[in-house]
Amino acid sequence: MRFAMAMDTKKCVGCGDCVVACQTENNVPLGFARDWIVESVQGIYPETVKMHFKSERCHHCDNTPCVRTCPTGASHVIEGGIVKVTASECIGCGACIEACPYEARYVHPDGYVDKCTFCDHRVFAGENPACVDVCPTDCLIFGDLDDANSPVSKVLKEKDWYVLAPEAGTKPQLYFLK
Amino acid sequence: MNEQIFVSGKNIPEIIPNLELWGGPIALYLFFGGLAAGIIFFANYFYLRGRSNTMVMTIKVAPIIAPIIIAIGLILLVADLNHKLYFWQLFLHIRMNSPMSWGAWTLTVIMIPAIVWPLYYLPESIEYIKQRAPKSKLIGLFSWINNFVRQFKIILWIFKVFEKNQKLIAYLTLYLSVILGVYTGILLSAFNARPLWNTAILGPLFLTSGISTGAALLIWLSNDHKEIKKFSRLDLFLIAVELFFIIHMFMGMKAGSIAQVEAGLLFLGGPYTAVFWVTVVGLGLIFPAILEIMELGGLKISVWIPAFLVLMGGLAFRFIMVSAGQFSSYHII
Ligand code: SF4
Ligand code: SF4
Repeated sequence: MRFAMAMDTKKCVGCGDCVVACQTENNVPLGFARDWIVESVQGIYPETVKMHFKSERCHHCDNTPCVRTCPTGASHVIEGGIVKVTASECIGCGACIEACPYEARYVHPDGYVDKCTFCDHRVFAGENPACVDVCPTDCLIFGDLDDANSPVSKVLKEKDWYVLAPEAGTKPQLYFLK
Repeated sequence: MNEQIFVSGKNIPEIIPNLELWGGPIALYLFFGGLAAGIIFFANYFYLRGRSNTMVMTIKVAPIIAPIIIAIGLILLVADLNHKLYFWQLFLHIRMNSPMSWGAWTLTVIMIPAIVWPLYYLPESIEYIKQRAPKSKLIGLFSWINNFVRQFKIILWIFKVFEKNQKLIAYLTLYLSVILGVYTGILLSAFNARPLWNTAILGPLFLTSGISTGAALLIWLSNDHKEIKKFSRLDLFLIAVELFFIIHMFMGMKAGSIAQVEAGLLFLGGPYTAVFWVTVVGLGLIFPAILEIMELGGLKISVWIPAFLVLMGGLAFRFIMVSAGQFSSYHII
């Protein structure tokens, strides 16, 4: 099993529903976020300005610098390649935050480090992550890469995609559709 | 134009606009670690070279400082944790892939010889201080500590074991002190996500800088003319090596990937240029080197001035590296 997410940058309207859904589902403290929306503007006005939105979160990388540098093993990988933090083992040293090229982690007000879990509590019960279910334009696609019929496998086969900062060498598993 | 704007709430100040998670405490921790590595290195090295009777300051007295600053460093590290009450988790796991983990272990392990060594020599250190500064308050304190620890049979037994195996222990501690010095750099260089830190030269560079601050402190503390001369010469050599490493580091960055080129630009035209080249390289390396050369040439210069500059330069270097590294990142577009 290898969970992954695809994100259609052409469909996203930047409404931020995924952000709110995650905050509600996972009791994210006020002012913090496990996922976020970025607006990218490219080109020079007025000729070639291109704009798109991206919904970002932890990339649940295959090669995890955050887990490697964690001194206690609080950061770890569970089944399906999901990267999680055990709050009771985390000392809040911040090594994993320094190690993540995507700034996907933050220090929870209680002191431990928190991040996206791909809603593992929902996923292992056969549901989608909260952000995926709530998206009004269906631009988030989740599934198992090892299953050729999963929605994410299918869409990655059909469409062109890219990943962010591949040169950082983390083998990210959050794919952006062109 | 290529611009990224956050449209949803991710205005977490320690992450956006640039990472500002590690600051003063970590920089000080690295500084004390390097300084302790330097002091321990010289004590063991010159002990092994058979200088116990001629270099009393280096081998017997100065090592008193090492366990104190290591302890301060460890306290700073724990105080800087966000989940402080769980710090003991650090000592339940050994993770060789995590510099934070093996570094904390190295500090803990080196603490044992770092404490035993100066305690063993304490009577001689007290004599030494009595001769040079008979009014020092330290004499009373050290005598009290000395009398206190020597009441215990177990400690006397430890001293006996120590005496018998001192050569072996000195070799091991020498080795550990090098690991400690390198660690202060590797703690940072292990982060691929921060291109400025992610260079293999950082370990040797921090080691050299740490040992050089150790030499500077010894110059400052010693009032034996020969000892001072020896360390001034050594320090000059270390400063030269450091400068070479620094140039080497920026050459490597200029020739690297775009992320590394940009990291180098932080110091070559970017916001850290002035503070780095003036404070660290100018005041912390080149100026004290000139003073030391003049002094070795026979001019009368208070030895503490170059020593103080080298120490401050080392401290500034760590503050700047810790801060600047968190400015450098990959472009996530
Ligand atoms: S995105 Fe960051 S936190 Fe998530 S797995 Fe990759 S390196 Fe770790
Ligand atoms: S902050 Fe917590 S999860 Fe992150 S590296 Fe430190 S101990 Fe591990």
